[in-house]
Order: sequence, then structure tokens, then C-alpha cells
Amino acid sequence: MTLLLSIIYLIATITFVVGLKMLGHPATARKGNLIAGAGMILAIIGTIFLHDFEVPISVYLLLAAAILTGSLIGWFMAMKVKMTKMPELVSLFNGFGGASAMVIGLVEFMKNTQVDDTQKASASIVATIMAAITIGAITFTGSVVAWAKLDGSMKDIRLPKYNLMNNAMLLGLIAFSAYLVYSGSDNMVLVYILLLASLIYGFLFVIPIGGADMPVVISLLNSLTGISAAITGILYDNMVMLVGGILVGSAGLILTFAMCKAMNRSLGNVIFGAFGGDAVQSTGAAKTAGTVRKTTASDAAVLMNYASNVVIVPGYGLAVAQAQHVIHELEEMLTKKGVNVVYAIHPVAGRMPGHMNVLLAESNVSYDKLVEMDDINPRFPQTDVVFVVGANDVVNPAAHNDPSSPIYGMPILDVENARQIIINKRSMNPGYAGIENELFYNQKASMLFGDAKSAIQSLINELKNM
Amino acid sequence: MNGLLEFISSNLQLIYILILAIFIGLELIKNVPTVLHTPLMSGANALSGVVIMGAILVMLNTDPDNYLGLALGFIAVVLGMINVVGGFAVTDRMLHMFKKKK
Repeated sequence: MTLLLSIIYLIATITFVVGLKMLGHPATARKGNLIAGAGMILAIIGTIFLHDFEVPISVYLLLAAAILTGSLIGWFMAMKVKMTKMPELVSLFNGFGGASAMVIGLVEFMKNTQVDDTQKASASIVATIMAAITIGAITFTGSVVAWAKLDGSMKDIRLPKYNLMNNAMLLGLIAFSAYLVYSGSDNMVLVYILLLASLIYGFLFVIPIGGADMPVVISLLNSLTGISAAITGILYDNMVMLVGGILVGSAGLILTFAMCKAMNRSLGNVIFGAFGGDAVQSTGAAKTAGTVRKTTASDAAVLMNYASNVVIVPGYGLAVAQAQHVIHELEEMLTKKGVNVVYAIHPVAGRMPGHMNVLLAESNVSYDKLVEMDDINPRFPQTDVVFVVGANDVVNPAAHNDPSSPIYGMPILDVENARQIIINKRSMNPGYAGIENELFYNQKASMLFGDAKSAIQSLINELKNM
Repeated sequence: MNGLLEFISSNLQLIYILILAIFIGLELIKNVPTVLHTPLMSGANALSGVVIMGAILVMLNTDPDNYLGLALGFIAVVLGMINVVGGFAVTDRMLHMFKKKK
């Protein structure tokens, strides 16, 4: 490695640290992302041109084609995605990173089988190759499953005794990799079996985890991709890969725990606890007693018009209906009529922490209108009308008063303390986590059924006529 | 056991870097406001694209006659590049929306 390349890698590493730090503050976040991106480009260019192997021009051309193809696909996907589909895309990108590490491990093992015994890699190198293949493969299929679940094209699947099976399979994978390392095996077939088993494990690992827990899983998988990148870095003695990967690994882990904390659950509970499933049926039956009060757009509009404080609670339903622009219009209209309107943002509302912030930012809702859970909860008793739009689990009182509920103990928005609650939902179906919500049967609650966008639009029309 | 000790003594520097990097990562993300969780996850995801460096090295270091190796390297570079470019671009798009209403 040339001195210049080492210096470039050093600079890139510093940009990663500084960029990540800046990403953590609202004012500097965008610059931080660009700095880290610039560091990455610098490191990539350095890697391509500053090395000491003999590389024929044909390989260079192939490399250029690969870089161009990947960049175009990545750019196109990033520019085309709707803001509501952001979590899915992050998950998919993450899977590609894992797949890349997996393929690298595979090629390195293949090369190692083709050299003389004197040039064989040491056991520790083979161990890193195995780790790159297995962790990369697990993140790949895991991320793809997470993507499919967020996308709604895949339901939770729980095979009988899945926890036992998955754990046994994980132990088996570790034992098999260890065997391959110690036996110094040259057999590609065994490695293909390891690869296949890892891919299957990644799939099985994510399929039983409930949809509402997907953000935690994505964050965890993101952390794993970082670790697989770091492992490949050890393979090439490449510091920028090592440090960059580890940074992502540990930062991703902290983020994962932060998300678990927001839901008041442990990581073990998320991964091994069957969220939804059996518990749902038992609690569901008890809660459906009672009647639901329906309301109309004009009644709801009157309530809001004569309120002095209105709190909007957005959830994933808002994202699905693409209602972020009309909700902003409603908010502006009410504000003009002298109503004090704010949004209550639950940390895990939507499909990703901060999902609602991103969405509302897209429609130009101002920062100070978004109030976080701990600040809004004491204000609910003074709130005249709470308007819940497509949120469900984050306002479910079962989290406070039903110890048998799977979400028991999760901090929620205490909307039942408000004077009136208007809930917009498409139907009475339970939320993403599959849990009944007794809030809908609350005396103060009334339901405004319909697609969020059209329901809000009719509210606006009613308000215009007042 | 001897192998492990040998690995530790010959890679001591690496292990130091590894441990310090873990702590830096943990410290960097502490106390980040919820608002930034999604962009941060997306940005960190883009950073995990450093794996592209490995993919490029695989391609450069593969014998031109090793077609399977080159093909796999090609796939690794494409996948890694999607992760890097897509990751940074989508994070920027997200953060751009935050900025508008200053």
C-alpha cells in the first residue's frame, strides 16, 4: 500500500467520524452526510488507482462498468423512492451491502483453494472469510425479508418451535464454520453449503418477528452489515473498512437499543418474543365488548373549529394515504381560525423512528409544531380535541393497564386524557402489531372512518364553509 | 488456544483500533434526538458501504482468466456501489427536507 493511499484512508476515516457526529445534530446533519460521502468517494478513488498489483486494462474496464452500473441503480432508487417508502429502501440497501461482503468472502475462499499449500491463508484469515460469508449472507436475506414485511408483501410466519430451531441452526452454523477453519478444508461444496445455510438462517431469523418490530430489526441488521464490512477490512488489512465498519456496527447497536427503549422492551424480547400471535387472541376477545361511536366529517370539523387546543397524532396510516400535505393544510386552516395546533410525535410512530418527522418535514410542517412524547403527555388534559390519524398501537391504553398485552409497559401518548378524541382509521382492523385497541371504545372517542387523505380533505371542506 | 494467543499478539494494533472504534461509535450516537433517527440510520447504512473497497480490491486482485472470480467481483462492486450511492443520496434527500423550513 502506498503512503498516499494510507493518508487518503486516514482522511476518509476522519470524515466518517466527523460526519457521523454531525449527523446527530439537526443543524449540521446534512453537511455531515455530505462530508462522510466525500470521504467515501475519496477512499474509493484511492483504492482504484493507488495499489501495487498488475491490473490488465480489461479488468479496469469491467470495474468501471460495475461502478457505473451500481451508482446509477443506487442513484435512481434513491431519487425515485417516495418518502413513505423510506424504511423499506434503507433495509434493501442494507441487504445489498451484506450481499457484497458475502460475495467478497466467497471469492477470497475460492482464491485460497487455488494456491499452493505454501501460500495458504492462515487459520485466522480463513476464520474472517467464514465470518464475512455467514454474517453477510444473514444480513442479506434478513434485510430482504424485512423489506418485504414493511412493504406488506409478506406476513409474519411462525414455524412450530421456531425459537428452538433458529437457535439450534445458529449454533450449527458457528460449529460448521469452526470446523471448516480448523480442518483447513479446500472443499468449495462445503462452503456453498455454509452459504446456503446462512441465507436460510437470515430468512428464518426475521420471518417470525412482528411487523411493528421491523425498525429494530433493520437497525440491528444495519449494525451487522457494518460488522461484516469491518471483518472484510481485517481480511485486506484495510483500516478505513475496519474503522468505518466498526463505527456503523457500534452506532447501529446503540440506535437499536434506543429504539427498544422507546418501546420499553429488551432486544431479546424483540427477537425471541412472539409479538402478536397467541397473546392477541386472548386479549382481543376481552376487549371487543362495548360500542364504537361513529362521527361525520362535519361533526368533527365543528369540534375542531371551536376548540382552542388541538393535537394531531400521526401514524403509519398517514404515510400510507400520502396525507402529509392535506394534514398540513388542515393544521394551517385551524391555526388561521385561532386554534392552537401541534403534532404529537411518538418515537416509534410509523415504521421507523423519526418516520413521522421525515414525512411532515416533506410537507413543510414547521419544526416547533412537532412535540415529542414526554413534552406532550402532560399537556393532554388541557387539550380539547385529539385527532388520531392512522396511529394505533402508540395510543393503545393497553400499554398502561393490561399486563397480558404484548405492548404492556410501552410508553404511549396518553390521548385518553384529552377532552375529545377523534380517530381516523380505514376500518376496525387492529393495528400493525395486531392488537385490539380499547381506546376506540372510550366514551370520549369517536371514529371518523375512511382513507386518511379523503377524510382530512372533507374536514378541510367542512371547515371552509364555517 | 495457542492459535488465539498468537493471533492476539500478532494483531495487537488491530485489536486496539477495533476497541477504540467501538467506543467512538457508541459515544457518537448517544443522545441523538428522535427526529434524526431515520436519517441517522440511513446515513450509517451508507457508511457500511465501505465494503465496496473490499469488492474493488477483489476485482483488481483477481486473475483475468478467473472468470467466475471476476463475475462475482463484478456483482460485489455493483451491490456495494448501490449501497454507497443510494445510501448517501437518500439520506441527503431526507435531510434536505428538514432544512427547507429554517
